[in-house]
Parts: sequence; C-alpha cells; structure tokens
Amino acid sequence: MGIKILTEHIDVPGIETFDVYRKQGGYTAVEKALKTMTPDAIVEEVKKAGVRGRGGAGFPMGMKWSFLAKPEGVPRYLVCNADESEPGTFKDHYLMKMIPHLLIEGMIISSFALGANKSFIYVRGELMYVIHILEKAIAEATAKGFLGKNILGSGYDLELVVQPGGGAYICGEETALLESLEGKRGNPRNKPPFPAVKGLYQCPTVVNNVESIATTAWIVNNGGDAYAAIGIGRSTGTKLISASGHINKPGVYEIELGVPVEDFIYADEWCGGIRPGHKFKALVAGGSSVPILPANLALTLANGEKRLMSYESLSDGGFATGTMLGSGGFIVFDETSCIVRNTWNFCRFYHHESCGQCSPCREGTGWMEKVLHRIEYGHGHQQDIDLLVDVAKKIEGNTICPLGDAAAWPVASAIRHFRDEFQWHIDNPSEATQPGAVYRGEMALV
Amino acid sequence: MEDVKPQLLKVTIDGIEVEVEPGTTILQAARKIGPSVAPPAMCYYQPLKGSGGKCRACLVRVAAGSAKDPRPMPKLVASCLTAVQDGMIVENETSPQVIDARNGVVEFLLLNHPLDCPVCDQAGECDLQNFAFDHGKATTRYEEERRTFEKKDIGPYVQLHMTRCILCYRCVYTADQITNKRVHGVLGRGDASEISTYIEKAIDNDFSGNVIDVCPVGALTDKTYRFKNRVWFTKPVDAHRDCPTCSGNVTLWYRGDEVIRVTARKNEWSEVTEFICNTCRFETKKTSDWTIEGPTKISRSSVISANKYRADTIKPSFGQRLAAAEYKAIHDERDTSQLAIQQLPPERFAKTLPSAIEPEP
Repeated sequence: MGIKILTEHIDVPGIETFDVYRKQGGYTAVEKALKTMTPDAIVEEVKKAGVRGRGGAGFPMGMKWSFLAKPEGVPRYLVCNADESEPGTFKDHYLMKMIPHLLIEGMIISSFALGANKSFIYVRGELMYVIHILEKAIAEATAKGFLGKNILGSGYDLELVVQPGGGAYICGEETALLESLEGKRGNPRNKPPFPAVKGLYQCPTVVNNVESIATTAWIVNNGGDAYAAIGIGRSTGTKLISASGHINKPGVYEIELGVPVEDFIYADEWCGGIRPGHKFKALVAGGSSVPILPANLALTLANGEKRLMSYESLSDGGFATGTMLGSGGFIVFDETSCIVRNTWNFCRFYHHESCGQCSPCREGTGWMEKVLHRIEYGHGHQQDIDLLVDVAKKIEGNTICPLGDAAAWPVASAIRHFRDEFQWHIDNPSEATQPGAVYRGEMALV
Repeated sequence: MEDVKPQLLKVTIDGIEVEVEPGTTILQAARKIGPSVAPPAMCYYQPLKGSGGKCRACLVRVAAGSAKDPRPMPKLVASCLTAVQDGMIVENETSPQVIDARNGVVEFLLLNHPLDCPVCDQAGECDLQNFAFDHGKATTRYEEERRTFEKKDIGPYVQLHMTRCILCYRCVYTADQITNKRVHGVLGRGDASEISTYIEKAIDNDFSGNVIDVCPVGALTDKTYRFKNRVWFTKPVDAHRDCPTCSGNVTLWYRGDEVIRVTARKNEWSEVTEFICNTCRFETKKTSDWTIEGPTKISRSSVISANKYRADTIKPSFGQRLAAAEYKAIHDERDTSQLAIQQLPPERFAKTLPSAIEPEP
C-alpha cells in the first residue's frame, strides 16, 4: 500500500464527527499553525511542498498563494471550489462526504495563511446532503472553538460559509464561481485582472480545489519537504483518482503520483483490471475534457517507456500522443465502447453547459454536438470529420474561459486517434446504427 | 506644481507605430491609427463600461508582449480588453492566425443568424453585415435547423427579434448604465440564452430607446420606423433641439421631406457618445421641431452614402481614390506627429505616398 495523506482515516467509523476526527489526530495542524507558525511560514511550507492545484489545471498552489495581492485595509478571501462537475470526477464529493473535517481543517489553515477572515466553500447544488454534512461539521468545529472569534486564543477570527451553487458546470471555472457567489449570473470574467488581484467583491481572492486545501493539514503537520518527498519530480504528493468505466473495481483511490498507469489499471490494489473477457481500448485520464488516448498510448509513452500517473508523464508528447492528469477523472473504455457515441455524449454535455457568453463556445459546442449526433445516427457526410477538426480548432484558445478548450479537446483527440472509427460510421451507416454496433476494425487493444 | 505627463507607450500594430497613453487597449490604439488596422468589434462599445470580450471578433496576435519581455502571448487576445505595453508588437490583419480565427468567429455568429437581411431594418448599417462582408464566406457549412425563440413583446417602441441576436450584452449594459432601471437581461444558458424582460415586463424608461442604437444587429429595432424604408434610401441630417431630458443632439433620417426616423449620432466606429431620450427619438418627428445643422458625415464605404458622394471627395481614378482613403485614414483629424510614416512597410508606404504628395486642386 502506498502512503495515504487524505484518506488515511477515511474508514474509521464516525470519522465525519468532530470527536472521532479529533481522536485520530485531527485539528492538530490547526493548533500547530495558529500557535506556532506565522502565515508566511505556512505559505513557505506549501511552496516547498510543491503541491499542484488538484482542480485540473495543476498550477502550483504555493505560487498561487504568493500572487495574492495584499493591499492595506482591503479584506482578502479564500474560496474553496467544491463545484466538482466534470464528468468522470467524483473525488471532492467523496472526500467532503466521508471526512468533512479534513476540508474544514484545511480551510482554517489556508485562510490563516492568506489572512482571510471570511472564507467560502462553494458546493455544487446537486450535493445538498453534502452541504448538510459540511454545515453540521462547521457547527461542531465552531462549538469546539476552532472556528469563529479568537480561534484557540490566537486572536484570529474566521467565519466559514457554505454556499450551494445552482449546479452549473461553468461555475467550477474560478471567475464564474466568484460571479455566482456574488449572486450574479455565472459568466466567467475576462482576465486580467486575475482573482488574486480583483476577485470576490473586487477584493483579492484565492480559489482552490477541495483536495488542494485538504492537503494543507498534512503539510503543516509534517512539513513541506516531507510532502515534496512523496511523488515523482514536480508532481509531488498524492492524488485522488476517481476511477470509473469498464474496470473491476471502480471508486476513488488515493495514489502516490508516479504510479505506472498500467499498474493502476491492473493491480488489485486499485482498479483490478479490465472487466473479465474484455480488452482495454481507450482511456480518458483526467476527466471528460482531457484528450482521450488509445490503450497503447495510455500505457506507454511514444518512446516506449511506461506512462506514469503524474502531471508530466501523462502530458508527455503534447496532445499528439499525450493527455493531461486534469482533475483525476479516470475513465476506462473497453472494446465494446463506441468512441463516436462517447465523444457525442461529452460534446452534448459541453453544449448544455456552455454559458453562452462568447461566440465560439456558444455556437461551436452546439454545432459539434449536432455534427457528432448525425454521424452517430448514420447521417454523416464524408466532409464531417474535417469539419469537426476545423470547428474544434476554431474554438480552442479563442474563448474567454477554458470551457471552450475543454469542449474542443475531446473531439479533436478522438478524431486524432480514432479517425477510422468515425470514417466507419460515415461509410456504413446502416451497420453502425444497429443497437450495440461497435467498430471492430484494426485498433490497438490491450 | 508641475503637471506630470504620463509616459507614452509605443506600440506597433501591423507595422505601424503609434504612441498612446498607459491604460489604452490595443483596440483603442489601433483605432487611433485608423480604420484600416482597427480590429472589428461586435460587442465592445467604448461608452459602455464593462462591455467587450464576448464576441471574440477583435482577437489579435501579440507577437511581442513588451520591450521588457518580448515573448509573444501564447493565445490570441481580445484587443478590446488587453492593455498595451511599451514596445508591444501586435499583428492584426497581417497574421493568418488572426484572420483564421476571425473567419471562425463570423461563421459562428452566422450559424444561428436568420440571414433575413432583405427584410431587416438594420440592413445597411449592421455591424454583422460589415463583419461578414470582410471575413465571411458566401456559403455555410451548417446544415441543421437554426434556433428560434418565442416572440416577445417588450413594449410599444422597441421590437425584439431574438433570432437575430448575437448576445453582445450591449443592450444590457446600456440599460444598466444609461437608464435608471434595468428590467431586461440575458436569461438561459449557452445557445439557448436569450435577451428577455423579467416575466415579459415591458421596458418602460425614458432612455430605453438607446438599446436600438447600440444593438450591432437587427435584434432591437425601432417600432416607429419598422418596415418604413431602407436605410440607403434615406438621407441623414444632423440636428438638435432644446430637450429638457437629454442633449438633444440627434441624426434625422429623411425620406423626401419627411423625418422617418430619429437616432442618436454615431461616431466613425458606429458608437453613440451622446445618448438621447425617447421623446426625441420616437415622439419628435417634425422638421419644425429641430434646428438642422447639416448633412451627417457618413463613411464613404457605407451603403448609406451610395450615390451621395460629395464632389470634393471624388478622385479621378479608383486607384487614386483608394490611396486617398488610406491617406485619410492615417492623417485625417488626427495628430500626424504621433505617427511615424517611415515605419510603414514599403508596400503600404508606396500606396500612401502618391496622394500624400498630390497637389491640392
């Protein structure tokens, strides 16, 4: 078993209550931070730890914290992004539901480090029961003196607010989240200015993912260097992976970054292999928005080395032969899955979730969905594949927020790696539209 | 105390150097040079705070970020929102990547646009028409049904055609900033989002008519002018009156002796700087109400000025006329000392030169 940072005590019965969590060593990090450390020292430890944003972009968290503007007399805010809505990702939901105090502990430490006296947890609206769990945990922590005025006699005040979102995917984009939190329509803002300068209510704000914030408790207890020693290269620490698809053991796994993808799929400790009698066809490694990879490229790099579960290794080869770790939504497809249908399904999602603010994304996502729909349902034209590539190219990079990229990448990568399958759908509409029909031509199955 | 003049920033757009004040956006810097290098803007509207960044028509490539950090920017940037840095080099029409993206944007904007220009009141003064003329294709690759909306009545003066809307948000900002009460906004999400009033509440405000002028397409049109005429058959005349609510500076649109429409005055970027009230716009349509100032200056490239060229602007040959247009663009009404003519690329310089040295008749 590898080291576990976040999920070490997750199986302890009653861990969602304050008393049990405290007995397992909970809130010691808050005590240590507030009593013995300065905010700058905590930021320094997080920087040393090299923990990278777990929400998908992988931006170093310590660096993000150090960008926070600190003008006199202006409040600063910490916002926890718990609007996890990426198809294939369900780790934050699991963490908040199972061990809510870990997030609260992380929030206290992070808010203290950033000098925020009011922090928000923006939770996806569909997860109402998780919101109740969090609110109960906050009430417990407040009653025990870990939240509220003058925490542990340190003179530091913190109020934690749990805000349910409306369930829009776009509100997981940090600036759209801030707009939504302010009570406005969840449209992403134009950047610059970045939230670190002008964020919530035009004040300096840091937006971090649940998992990123939760790691701070361990980092304070054990030091940034100890955290940096875990993992591989610049991908330090552990990562929660939400494994789903055609594997024997779907679920949320905490892995040390640097585990080979092959081991992660086939080892009994984790996914336990592809379901019996089937073969591995394709992999979406980091949530629906990252490029899809065929089995051979998912397991090995272009140069023949084993591909590892790390930020660098997964993105090795750029988009030509690589993908991204993203938010850790690990979706495995076996040979019974139709890539065209899957791409259409993803695209349908992005079409539905586009905020409609900027034209390439608003119009382009819908267009791609319609073209994919007609290919899937046997009305595709020969020029449709090139059309999709062109539309994806015209959306990518030209939008306000990354949703446009997220919509374009799955389409572009599916065509890059599975063009034959799209062609087969167009050439054999009657065969392809049969129930359960899947392309069985030449492809690399593992 | 001495006035401290802000350090001017040098920025090069399509090979033309211009000096601007700090805080100027790339788009404003390009407009300072002239229409030939100004990126198109479908949503940006200078008088409206917060507008811009949505249509992506004004994307440009920044080939060098600044003199200090001459790295190019990784993505195309929206020129209406990106502030210039000293030593920035911007590629607008000269970058194939920009042209490609712009072609894409016009295609996206036209996907669900009904293309009912023949019956649209905006035709002839439509930003989308101009943009499509510059960057669009004659055919479409879109085969599916275009989206439609339920018709909504938003009051006695303004007609809403949601199918034509490109969601630039200009009218929302206008209602926010010009009127004292905004009752309309964008409802829904993605390509289903629409401009609508709150539970079909009619827009009733003294300045509500300005949404017609700011609309880049024919989504918001004047009900009192609806289907009355085509804009290129009308004659615009600047006029003013003593209005208790607004500045009273307007453009009257004549057909024969009859005023068939009143609009606010637009500058050369089709932007209104002085918004007018509904009384001037909809209720005051008699010549006797107005003091006429003279014909409105209309860009020679506009269809409105067709067959209405003034004699002094006519040049003997098309080539010379073109050269004059280039020359005018750079010199007319602007301070020539700020423009470095010698910085022009040779082919542009050659084009500019003949008319520049042409003796006045």
